[in-house]
Amino acid sequence: MKVLLTILFFALGIQAQSRTLTVGKGQQYAIIRQAVAAAAAGDTVLVKNGLYYINNIVVTKPLTIIGEGWPLLHGDDKYEIFTLSGDRITVKGFQFTNSGYSAMNDYAAIKVIDATNVTIEGNRFFKTYFGVHVANTRHSTVRGNYFFGLTKTENTTGNGIHLWKCNNMLVEGNEVHGHRDGIYFEFVSHSLIRKNKSEGNLRYGLHFMFSNDDTYISNTFQNNGAGVAVMYSKKVTMLHNRFINNWGPAAYGLLLKDINDSRIEGNRFFKNTVGILMEGTSRIQATSNSFEENGWAAKVSASCMDNAFNRNNFHRNTFDISTNGSLVLNDFNQNYWDKYEGYDRNRDGVGDVPYHPVSMYAAIIETNPNALMLLRSFMVALLEKAEKALPSLTPENLRDERPLLKALKL
Amino acid sequence: MLKLSRYVLHDILRSKVVIAYTLFLLAVAVTLFRMEDNTSKAVMSLTNIVLIVVPLVSMVFATIHYYNSYEFIELMLSQPVSRSRILMSEYFGTAFSMATAFLAGVGIPVLLFQPDAVGMALLLTGVLLTFIFTSLAFLASVLARDKARGIGIALMLWFYFALIYDGLVLSILFAFSDYPLESLTLALSSLNPVDLGRIFLMLKMDISALMGYTGATYKDFFGSSVGALYTIGIMVVWAIIPMLLAVRVFKKKDL
Repeated sequence: MKVLLTILFFALGIQAQSRTLTVGKGQQYAIIRQAVAAAAAGDTVLVKNGLYYINNIVVTKPLTIIGEGWPLLHGDDKYEIFTLSGDRITVKGFQFTNSGYSAMNDYAAIKVIDATNVTIEGNRFFKTYFGVHVANTRHSTVRGNYFFGLTKTENTTGNGIHLWKCNNMLVEGNEVHGHRDGIYFEFVSHSLIRKNKSEGNLRYGLHFMFSNDDTYISNTFQNNGAGVAVMYSKKVTMLHNRFINNWGPAAYGLLLKDINDSRIEGNRFFKNTVGILMEGTSRIQATSNSFEENGWAAKVSASCMDNAFNRNNFHRNTFDISTNGSLVLNDFNQNYWDKYEGYDRNRDGVGDVPYHPVSMYAAIIETNPNALMLLRSFMVALLEKAEKALPSLTPENLRDERPLLKALKL
Repeated sequence: MLKLSRYVLHDILRSKVVIAYTLFLLAVAVTLFRMEDNTSKAVMSLTNIVLIVVPLVSMVFATIHYYNSYEFIELMLSQPVSRSRILMSEYFGTAFSMATAFLAGVGIPVLLFQPDAVGMALLLTGVLLTFIFTSLAFLASVLARDKARGIGIALMLWFYFALIYDGLVLSILFAFSDYPLESLTLALSSLNPVDLGRIFLMLKMDISALMGYTGATYKDFFGSSVGALYTIGIMVVWAIIPMLLAVRVFKKKDL
């Protein structure tokens, strides 16, 4: 009994050590900065509902800063709002607006530098230059935040969630609208991007550079200026994402440039001008994806090698595959192509004649884009038939040897 | 005029050729929809039928009908009815009956299997093409005195619009590929009603690919409803102008 009591007292003692400092009108502190300065490591700063004008609060000790009733932190169009640096810092439940804009510095509503175990959760960001800017940080989480940028040009808006030189990060359940890039990764490794929604951003929904060993799962990228770009990276896993309505002369559902050893699985590409554009990529496995109503399901340039497209569905795309040379070092096998016209005599579900996914007219348009205007004309249909009989323009060895007759259930 | 048109309409709708045309379209459309497990693919094949068969049949049928009812026209001319009114009622009677046949043959299956924007666009294109090519057929028959020549001209026109024209455009696009051809391409398409119909359908089916075009002209054209309005507008003009020309020739013609 005595021992138990001792333990209880001890526990209470620890509890008493971590205090809660309240900020707000008629509270303990009127200004957040004072509360943060007064707080000791491990304390909680509780901010009550209200409007606070803030000129960059720097947090360097382990603190939990919580907003109650969505307090609005206003950066006066000049300043950064929070700068977090250190270990175990949490920011939760705030609204951020009007952080400063600068052509020189990457001002953000929340900047995280040289930190570990930071959690930024359940905040709302309106009209901020960068939303959350994280640099040189490990083991941190950005979760359930909402971002809405307002500026109209690429130069005057920053990225929603910007990660630079980080590892073991988790970006989950955020929603980003109207920024330059929705989510930006540069030199970020061993991180997970999950269940985010990136919509209506000026440039990319997700921008990925020099970031290895990362995974992104179940995200939605919709109506972004140029879709999603994954460049100069290795071992990236992309699962169950949705790439929707990325329209424009330079818009892609997914742009892959110099990517190696990656997996693209179970994704849905719907109504993009180009579903996937591949340039200089190698050893990528694209499996169980669904390509529907895209202009081009995939453009695989001749500089790609050892990529495999297996067991994907291709539905109602204007063109299935297009390429820019005759060299084909990639493998297409056991996909379902809705344009396949072959037969299956032994009824094993696999077509007996190979399917050539590159149409002649796709090759013609590659050299003369204006000719797209004649698509689906009788003339073009005749040319296609002639090309099928005697291939001259399309690469003869780009073909699916075992095309499926029935669409896969994905 | 309405009375005359109605008479022509009744006369044509009873004819075996129109019934056969309706049944043919119905058979093709139903077969396509039943055969393909995915209906949008069937619509794609149906598009080709509409763009090729509808102009051909409208044109040949209207020409033959004109020559066959020549005696009736002459009889009407002895009555106190103006020439333009007679020709116009013949035209509307023919065009309406062909459009009815088309709507029965293709419209019913489309409404059953694919009642969406693409389906509606297909029906609108078919009806417009019927009116355009009937009007062209009337012009051809008014210009040529004997039946064989009239049908010959009609067939040549169809061949030109359905096939030769696109070949010419393709060679022009390649010959001048070093120059900016945006406006020219759009202008060239306006000179062929079949192309206009095709582009109108493409705006519904292939908009993702069309948005891949670089260039401001195309962006304005495809990115808004301007493209659809433009194609429909020019198609209506294509139906009106040949008919007006035909009426002008017919008025002065020594019958």
